[in-house]
Amino acid sequence: MNNRINLREMKINQTGIIRVVKARGEMGRRIMDMGLVPNTTVQVIGRAPLKDPVALRIMDFTITLRNNEADYIFIETEGAAS
Amino acid sequence: MSQTITAALAGNPNCGKTTLFNALTGARQHVGNYPGVTVEKREGLVMNDTDRMTVVDLPGTYSLTPYSTEELVARNVLTQDRPDVVINILDATVLERNLYLTVQFLELGIPMVIALNMMDAVKKQGKTIHIEKLSKCLGLPVIETIARTGTGKKELMQQAAILARKRQGRWNPVHISYGSVLDPILETMEAIIRENRFLADRFPARWLAVKYVEGDAEIQAKGCSEAPAIHTRLQSLAVNAGTRCRNTLDMEPEAVIADYRYGYIASLMKQGIVSSTCQYKRINISDKIDRIVTHRFLGPIIMLFALYGIFYITFPIGEIPMGWLESLFGWMAESATRLIPEGLFRSLIVDGIIGGVGGVLGFVPLIMVMFMAITILEDVGYMARMAYMTDRVLRIFGLHGASLMPFIISGGIPGGCAVPGVMAARTLRSPKEKLATILTAPFMNCGAKVPVFILLAAAFFPDRAAQVLFGITLFSWIIALLVAKLLRSTVIRGESTPFVMELPPYRLPTLRGVLTHTWERAWQYVKKAGTVILCISIVIWAAMTFPGVPERVRTSFENQRADIRIMAASAATDEERDAIEAESLAVDNLEAQAGLRYSAAGRIGSFFEPVSRIAGFDWRTNIALLGGIAAKEVIVSALGTAYSMGDVDPDTSDILGKRLAGDPRWTRATALSLMVFVLLYAPCFVTVAVIGRESSWKWACFSVVFNTVLAFVLSSGVYQAATLLQ
Repeated sequence: MNNRINLREMKINQTGIIRVVKARGEMGRRIMDMGLVPNTTVQVIGRAPLKDPVALRIMDFTITLRNNEADYIFIETEGAAS
Repeated sequence: MSQTITAALAGNPNCGKTTLFNALTGARQHVGNYPGVTVEKREGLVMNDTDRMTVVDLPGTYSLTPYSTEELVARNVLTQDRPDVVINILDATVLERNLYLTVQFLELGIPMVIALNMMDAVKKQGKTIHIEKLSKCLGLPVIETIARTGTGKKELMQQAAILARKRQGRWNPVHISYGSVLDPILETMEAIIRENRFLADRFPARWLAVKYVEGDAEIQAKGCSEAPAIHTRLQSLAVNAGTRCRNTLDMEPEAVIADYRYGYIASLMKQGIVSSTCQYKRINISDKIDRIVTHRFLGPIIMLFALYGIFYITFPIGEIPMGWLESLFGWMAESATRLIPEGLFRSLIVDGIIGGVGGVLGFVPLIMVMFMAITILEDVGYMARMAYMTDRVLRIFGLHGASLMPFIISGGIPGGCAVPGVMAARTLRSPKEKLATILTAPFMNCGAKVPVFILLAAAFFPDRAAQVLFGITLFSWIIALLVAKLLRSTVIRGESTPFVMELPPYRLPTLRGVLTHTWERAWQYVKKAGTVILCISIVIWAAMTFPGVPERVRTSFENQRADIRIMAASAATDEERDAIEAESLAVDNLEAQAGLRYSAAGRIGSFFEPVSRIAGFDWRTNIALLGGIAAKEVIVSALGTAYSMGDVDPDTSDILGKRLAGDPRWTRATALSLMVFVLLYAPCFVTVAVIGRESSWKWACFSVVFNTVLAFVLSSGVYQAATLLQ
């Protein structure tokens, strides 16, 4: 059973597919310009020493975003962390 | 072919664009600024067998939505200057994301050639990119390049020239479908735009329609000022489009647009453009490095070592050429003293011009070494990791992870310099955080303030000098962060800009790239700050020289000298002669002190004395502080003159320290208050000039006034409290 969670809740090394991006305006455009669009596979590859921001792998490159920005992104995960 | 072809280099940040630009143009390049913004404009000339081409290096952008100044600049160059051809450089290792910008160029329809860069890295990954297929799908020439070695650059320029000639400036926009919800509305909008020739001279109709739906403020403002009626119609259609997207798709319109663009790319990729020879997941070296370098505990420790390392390297290395420059200016001053007869002209040349300009140029080696270190950190990819690790803390104060570097360079570790520090704030992409960083970085404990602290700490707190120095550094951090917080919640209030940032793969920097970059930055500093500081140093020299002592005072000094000469004539023993010489020197110093007192600076100092008394400063200190606005190094030497010590070398100031400690007007409270004031008050003129250049003159003036007021309030508080406690 696939379940939809918030990007903030993802664990390190967990993989999932972006389903919804709720961000609007400047931030929304910025997030999507960088490739965080629905149907993209993402993997959380790390978190900064203070747990925020988070580093993600999408399409062979790594981007970072803050947790409060990650809140706009909803992921369908493929079960537990690998 | 006699006509020069203009080609614009465009691409994502970190795609190797600058490296390719350097490989193409070599030394024939020119760096300036785009009018009104601090984005660097680089242009170069490329000659091949048939053509002369001017190559413009656009700022690296991910998209053509004007999210940052860089993106806006890139878009304006394309739509207003209309280059003959765009050379779109793609990092072939992350082809999909890079194609996002390409799609936007296609929609604009500008003649375009694609440079598929980093093909060597692609091969190492065990992947093959089918160039002909990609070229056919996109309908554009695609050329393989390796910017680092210059491979493919010749063919690239040939293809660009051929295309430019063929198209003769014609744009052929590509139609991209945005789905059943948006397409009908977009078509209605296009019809309106075509019918009325709305902004038709600059933009394709469909592109404009898409920008309206995306809510592009810049384009909408243009439309509103040119044809308000049509603008209103388009805007209501765009609002309508937004509502429909939300209702039927549960998505924002800009999300739908981005989604379809990526969809277009995905359908391209499905044609089998990339094939992988090895099936296993490739081992990513960057990820492995990151596992250690951004580790929860190891990461911050490694970062501290890296930062400390920069200082460990910069200052000893920078000091060597700094010493040469100092000797050079010392020699120039000496020769000028010998060649020019004593008088005002000599004083102007030696003290005013050579002293002032020498002070500025003395910083150049330091700036060069510092920038070289920063450029390497940036090119390697470590800078982005530092921003990533410190963002959480700096965000509390309304700053950004990338604010760390400017703080450190400005003197976050004592001995930095705010000039390269403010310049390093360029790496910040968001204007508000950048401004807050620029305005607070000068509070740091720079190398020119340190001698003042050493002087005062040694004289008044001889047992605890080290603790005092450490305390003042800690204090500078606290103040800088608190002021940043204050500014970000008042005058530069606003949402923090998204942190969405790429962590580029670790790469070895090219020597040429590092050297070119360093040289450019240093040269700009010399050129711009140099002209400002020359004028200022003449003004300061004049203020400390004119109008000079009144006739009656000078006569009194002359009489004293005459007396001494008479005594000297009758001196018998060596001891007597020594005593007389000392007395003669004392008279000279007293005259210098009187000259200073009667000068414009002295009068200003005396004028402010009633106010500055609150913080414990008399007119002498005021003069030193005024001089310190030119360069903080001046403070110690001006104090020396004002206390009639003759010339005081800032490095060997213990005599002055003893003199101050023995002065009944000086207490520990005065010393503490002066340290706080020197730390915080108006940045030196070079820094102010750089702040003006990096933000605006309005903010440069703000920093002078605000910092001085803040410094005065805090030092008065310290003085009054410390006096009460004593």
